[in-house]
Amino acid sequence: MSTASTEAANGRPSDPLVPQIYLVDRVSRELPDTVTLDLSPLSGTRPQFKPGQFNMLYAFGIGEVAISMSGDGAHTSFVHTIREVGAVSSALARLTPGETVGLRGPFGNGWPVNDADGSDIVIVAGGLGLAPLRPAIYQILADRGRYGRVVILFGTRNPTEMLYRHELEQWRQRLDVDIEVTVDHADRDWHGSVGVVPKLIPRAAFDPEKAVALVCGPEVMMRFSVNALLDAGIRPQSIYVSMERNMKCAVGLCGHCQFGPTFVCKDGPVTRYDRIATIFAMREI
Amino acid sequence: MFLAWRRRRHAVCGVQLVRGSDGVGACTDGVGPRDNGIPDCGRNQMSNSLASGATVMISREGLESLLQALARRGYEVVGPTVRDEAIVYDRITHVADLPVGWTDRQEAGRYRLERRSDDALFGFNVGPHAWKRFLHRSVETLWTMRRTENGAMIERDDNAGPKFAFVGVRSCELHAIAIQDRVLSKGPYADAAYAMRRRDAFIIAVNCGQAGGTCFCVSMQTGPKAQYGFDLALTELLNGGTHELLVEVGTETGGDILRQLSHRPAGEVERAAAAAIVARTADQMGRHLETAGLKELLENNLNHPRWDDVADRCLTCGNCTMVCPTCFCTTVEDHSDLGGMSAERVRKWDSCFTMDFSFIHGGSIRKTPKARYRQWMTHKLATWIDQFGTSGCVGCGRCITWCPVGIDITAEAAAIRADPEAQKGRHRGDA
Amino acid sequence: MATLEEILREHPLFAGASGEQVRLVAGCGRNRLFRAGDYLCREGEPANEFFLIREGKVALDIAAPGRGPIVFETLGVGDFVGDSWLVPPYRWTFDARAVGLTRTIGIDGACLRGKCETDHEFGYEMMKRFLTPLVRRLQEHRLQILDVYGKH
Repeated sequence: MSTASTEAANGRPSDPLVPQIYLVDRVSRELPDTVTLDLSPLSGTRPQFKPGQFNMLYAFGIGEVAISMSGDGAHTSFVHTIREVGAVSSALARLTPGETVGLRGPFGNGWPVNDADGSDIVIVAGGLGLAPLRPAIYQILADRGRYGRVVILFGTRNPTEMLYRHELEQWRQRLDVDIEVTVDHADRDWHGSVGVVPKLIPRAAFDPEKAVALVCGPEVMMRFSVNALLDAGIRPQSIYVSMERNMKCAVGLCGHCQFGPTFVCKDGPVTRYDRIATIFAMREI
Repeated sequence: MFLAWRRRRHAVCGVQLVRGSDGVGACTDGVGPRDNGIPDCGRNQMSNSLASGATVMISREGLESLLQALARRGYEVVGPTVRDEAIVYDRITHVADLPVGWTDRQEAGRYRLERRSDDALFGFNVGPHAWKRFLHRSVETLWTMRRTENGAMIERDDNAGPKFAFVGVRSCELHAIAIQDRVLSKGPYADAAYAMRRRDAFIIAVNCGQAGGTCFCVSMQTGPKAQYGFDLALTELLNGGTHELLVEVGTETGGDILRQLSHRPAGEVERAAAAAIVARTADQMGRHLETAGLKELLENNLNHPRWDDVADRCLTCGNCTMVCPTCFCTTVEDHSDLGGMSAERVRKWDSCFTMDFSFIHGGSIRKTPKARYRQWMTHKLATWIDQFGTSGCVGCGRCITWCPVGIDITAEAAAIRADPEAQKGRHRGDA
Repeated sequence: MATLEEILREHPLFAGASGEQVRLVAGCGRNRLFRAGDYLCREGEPANEFFLIREGKVALDIAAPGRGPIVFETLGVGDFVGDSWLVPPYRWTFDARAVGLTRTIGIDGACLRGKCETDHEFGYEMMKRFLTPLVRRLQEHRLQILDVYGKH
């Protein structure tokens, strides 16, 4: 039995099936059931990534889960926001700084931020869907002059379960970004909108002729949001959704993540809407 | 086997092959790939040397020598043999290990062995095993990991296993192997162990002397004649007192091994007899699948009532995926010891029929048997073409034979074709 | 100072309405101003008047003992508050509260219903106009009650 020691991760992993070891630098609690991990390789630098891509994070002995990048490309670490929904995500959420995880990636394709020069950007995020969009927001804001209007529409459950609240408030201060946040229900202390995200779309200020929409959130929310975006006049080829399916290998060999003709791990997760329009609203595809 | 592209010649006409953009070999002056990606060579010239395309005759003893020669060269020889009342693929040493004098009777949901009135070595069709059990192993440890002071150490087993010699690969199976080649070793990420096993495998094909009860290779243009993808191809000629095999050379490697065995050139009569056998087999197909427009038909009928109909019958047992020679889906299991100091990841065959297959937090995407059957059939016959350029089905009939309730993929497709729903109103955003 | 009719004509609810239709509606309407925290309506009270929002924001909430009032919708410029005036028993089913300074046109429900009874063509036009945003709101509420951001 030959041995390939990968005790130190350095640059792109040579074998995409074998995890590299990463160190937990920082753990921040976002919500009662959601944490953000900052991960860096034991030595060397982490691979480059595109906003919208994901890594497979491995909790020792338990399993792997696909988590999108949610950090700034300029940071040296990988930043992952993880919600506790199962055995693996719960184990990852309980890590403390200094512990290690396995990491494979980056996999998948990214948001079309580099091809959208001159476009109005409409970002529609629901709940945890803001996490895979945050790197795209960072990239857009870092190069703001390349784009027309930038609109961020974010919906979540209630004001106490709001991801990245501090950052949302910072973005709200900017004069070159329109942000609207809405919640499903609230108490009287909330002075913002109450209602579903699609409701924000008709009132958002963008030119549908030159708008590109990036949508991420629970699939139901994406479906209704896409309808509202189409109603507002945005072309189907200019709408991008981020799909989520069961991931095992993340390299297009195990067959699990198929959604119609696409493998979400390599043809996605970012998917141009017109390519899946006929199956997007179908049950159990 | 696919390394020396420059020296490869087309098995039928001997014309030098060029590698197509999809990795499939095509004649430089052949008709070009059909829509299932397999080249169609109209020529029939044979070379007289033991170069590719040459045809010789060997006896049953010659085949025995061939098996010994392969074993001496370090191949693990596997082929059909009778076991557990079926013809399975397993290690064989002698010609006598083959299902001599046996045939199979196959129908939807039914498989029985029967004695033949002759001693044919290959007088049967395909059984529950496919060659994927050797190439795309059903259980494989991907890596093991041990905790260390400053992290962990990962060990990967690079040993791909023995090199195989496959004896008795049918034409449909050659196509199935080529299809799995495309899926597993020609995508953006290749399965290195699979690619190594493929490269090292020696393939002896067999042209079917009769069609199986559930066969429809003619519909899928995958047989019955073995066209390419083999080192040697046999056609058994058994009439009255003579029992010989016509051997067609497919590659230089095949020619090399054959050259050292006792053989004589095949004559026109023998070649004609072999061709007649194949033609007769082609006429005997037990099934037919209309493939014209099949992809669009299924894509436009995802809500056809027939899916409910088949769901009433389907047990979601997954037999079809286990016996299908192109089904490739796998899952991974992570194990660790009780102390949490070491862990391993094991890859296993999986089936899209399991409840877990499409599970994400909150539940499975495809909960109902209807959805899971629809996924398997539409993947096999429609979306596979989008993904890999060919149909995923080779018409071997195994899924029909081994379905406990006899669901017939050709009948399901025909039922939808007979009564297609009017195309629904175009969905928002159709390109 | 714009007349009531001019203000109504600018509101999306009456976009493209004929002069006569706007005049009929205006006859049932009056300006209503609400300061932050003022109630436009209270649950259980007779639904006499409904409100077209010209400026500001209104939060609709329902009281749940022990949980405090739960805001389930906010409405803004271009929306209208109140649907219970359309159907018997003409009784409010929620509280509506101005979030900031909110200018509205209050329309007497009984008055408008009466005019619709008298002139069925006018009535049909009115019903069509109110139905569109109400159906859309119903569709949005369906999505809202799925609680898609919760754990399932």
